Amino acid sequence: MLIDFFLTLKKSGIKTTLKELLDLIKALKIGVIKFKTEDFYYLSRSIMVKDEKYYDRFDRAFSIFFNGMSDLDLKFLENEIPEEWLRKQFEKTLSKEERDKIQSLNDLEELMKKFMETFNEQRKRHQGGSKWIGTGGTSPYGAYGSNPFGIRIGQEGNRNFSAAKVWDKRKYINLDDDVEIGTRNMKVVLKKLRKFTRINGEEELDIKETIRKTADNGGFVDIRLKPERKNQVKVLLFFDVGGSMDPYIKLCEELFSAAKYEFKNMEYFYFHNFVYEGVWKNNDRREDIVSIDDVINKYGSDYKIIFVGDASMGIYEITHVNGSIEHYNDKPGESYFKRIKNHFDKLVWLNPIPKDDWDYSQSIDYTRYLTENRMYNFTIDGVNKAVKYLSK
Amino acid sequence: MKKFTSTNSYIATPDLELAVNAAISLEKPLLIKGEPGTGKTLLAEEVAKSIDTEIIKWHIKSTTKAQQGLYEYDAITRLRDSQLGDSRIQDISNYIIKGKLWEAFQAKKKIVLLIDEIDKADKEFPNDLLLELDKMEFFVYETKENIVAKNRPIVIITSNNEKELPDAFLRRCIFHYINFPERDVMEQIVEVHFPKVKKKLIAEALDIFFELREIPGLKKNPSTSELIDWIKLLLSDDIPKDILQERDESKAIPPLHGALIKNEQDVQMLERLRFMLRRGK
Repeated sequence: MLIDFFLTLKKSGIKTTLKELLDLIKALKIGVIKFKTEDFYYLSRSIMVKDEKYYDRFDRAFSIFFNGMSDLDLKFLENEIPEEWLRKQFEKTLSKEERDKIQSLNDLEELMKKFMETFNEQRKRHQGGSKWIGTGGTSPYGAYGSNPFGIRIGQEGNRNFSAAKVWDKRKYINLDDDVEIGTRNMKVVLKKLRKFTRINGEEELDIKETIRKTADNGGFVDIRLKPERKNQVKVLLFFDVGGSMDPYIKLCEELFSAAKYEFKNMEYFYFHNFVYEGVWKNNDRREDIVSIDDVINKYGSDYKIIFVGDASMGIYEITHVNGSIEHYNDKPGESYFKRIKNHFDKLVWLNPIPKDDWDYSQSIDYTRYLTENRMYNFTIDGVNKAVKYLSK
Repeated sequence: MKKFTSTNSYIATPDLELAVNAAISLEKPLLIKGEPGTGKTLLAEEVAKSIDTEIIKWHIKSTTKAQQGLYEYDAITRLRDSQLGDSRIQDISNYIIKGKLWEAFQAKKKIVLLIDEIDKADKEFPNDLLLELDKMEFFVYETKENIVAKNRPIVIITSNNEKELPDAFLRRCIFHYINFPERDVMEQIVEVHFPKVKKKLIAEALDIFFELREIPGLKKNPSTSELIDWIKLLLSDDIPKDILQERDESKAIPPLHGALIKNEQDVQMLERLRFMLRRGK
C-alpha cells in the first residue's frame, strides 16, 4: 500500500525518492505514530515533501489516494482541468443578462453563492455518472477552485463542507509554483535572481599589502586579507505601462523594488505596449525620453535585458509603420526591438498572461518569436527559468 | 526518550510535534522553514528544554564555511609562534580550533544542535555538510583523527528561503513548514507569553493584529514575534485600558504601531487609509 502511495505522489509531480519511502517505512516501524490517518498525513508529508510549494500537490494526491481513487485518470491532478471545468460550469449557470448585470461585487458574490448551490446539487445528482462529478462528495475542486473573475470561493466552499479534512482544505495552494506570484512568492523568486550577483564572500590573500606590512614589522610575517572581487551583474529593465498592464502594476512594483535592491547596476525604462524610437525614464511618459540609439550606445552588450509586458496589442503595433497608437512612428516597432535584441547578449521577456493563452494572441506569439522563444511566464517557475538563462 | 510536545512556554501544532518526533526517532536533521517571526529558532531551544538537554547554536552568516563547523586550522598563529620560537608549535593540535559540530559530537549526552538560517550561507554550504550530518563523523587531516559522534545530536536547521537548498541535502532531512498561526493557535501563543493579562485586551489586540495583516499591500506583514513585542509594549506603557476600543477613529493605525509596522511606507499608507476612512464618514 505504501508503494502505491509513493507512486501516486511521484505521479503528481512531487520529487520524492526511494530513500524517503524507506525512511517512512522505518518511521512507521519505530512507531512514531499511532494508527491515525491524520498523523500519517503529517508524518508522510514531513518525510516525503521537502518544499512547501509541493504541499498543495501533496494534499491533493493524499486526498485522492485515501479516497480510493488512485487509479483515477491522473490528468485530474493537474491544476488546469478542474479549474477550467469549474469555470465553464460557472459560465453555464449565467445567462447573458446575468453576465451583463455583474457590476458590483455584491452581485457577483450572490451569483457565486447561487452557483455553489447549483454546483452542489449537480454534484449529487450526477454521482457515479460522468468522470468529474463521479468523485462524489470527496472532490475538493469545486469548493477550492477560483472563478473567472479571480475571486477565490474557497471560503464559500468551506461553509458547505465544514467537515473537510486537513488535506482537503488546501491551505497551501498559494505555495505551489505553478500558481501566479503572490507577495511572499515574489520575494522567493527575486532572491533567486541574487544567484548571479552574489559570489562567494571568501577572502583572498592581499600579497602587496602583506609584503608591505611584513616589511614594516621588521620581517615578522603579517598576513593581510582582502575580500574577493564580486561579480556584478548589470541589468536593464523595460516595463510596459500600457493600460492592459494595469492589473499587474503591483506585480511589477514588487519586481522593481526587489530588483533595485539586488542589482547595483540596474537601469529601468518604461514603454507603452511596444518599443519604438524612444523609451521613458518616468512612468508618466511625459518627459525624459531616451532614444533607443542612446540606450544601445550607452549600455554595453553585457547588460542583461528583462522586458516585462503582456505583449497584448494589435499585431500592426509591432509590424507596421505608424502602427503605434500614440504617435507616428517611421519604422515599425519590431525593427527597434530587433536592434535591442541584436545589441545585447541576453534578453528575456516576462509575460504575466498565463502561458496557455499565448497561442491565442497573435501579438504575443509574434513577440515570442522576436525574443527567439525567450518569453517566460511571470510565475515562480517562469522567472526561475528566465534567471537560469540570463545567468548562463 | 521523551516526546516533544507543546510546553507552557511554546505552542507547537500537532503537525510540528510530529515532525520533531519523527526527526528525533529517525535521527535525521529537521529542516524548518516559515515566515520570519513564526518561532523557528525558538523551536530548537524548546526541543532542548522539553527533552531536558543542552543546545549548541551555530548561526550562519554569508561568509560562514562548512569547514568552520568542523574545525579550523589556525596556520597564521602557528606561523607567528614559529617566528617567536614558541614551543607550542611542536604540537599541531594546539592550532586546531574546534567548530560547533565537533563540540556537538563530543557532548556527553544527546544534545540539540541548531544550525540557524542555513540559507544565508553560500550555495555549496549544505552540500559540504552532507556526509558529516549523515554519518555524524568527519576526519581531521592535520592530526589524522577521525571524529565520531558519541551521541548523535538532534540537528535542527532553519531556513528563511533566501536560497533553494540542494536536493541531495533535502533528501536527508525531515521537512516542516511552519504556517502562519491561525487565530485560535495565536490566542494560545499569546496566552503562554502573557498568562495574567485579561482575555478581553488580548482579544482586542488580536482583532487589530489580524485586521492589519489583512490589509493588502503592506510591505512587511507583522509576525508573531512582533505581536508579542507589541502586547508587551502595550502592557508596560500604562496606556489607558480602553485605548484599543477607540477603534472607529484610529482604525487604521493602532496605538504604539512602531512595534508592529517596521516600514515607513506602510505607516504612510495606513495614515492615508485612515484619512480616507474619516473623509468617507
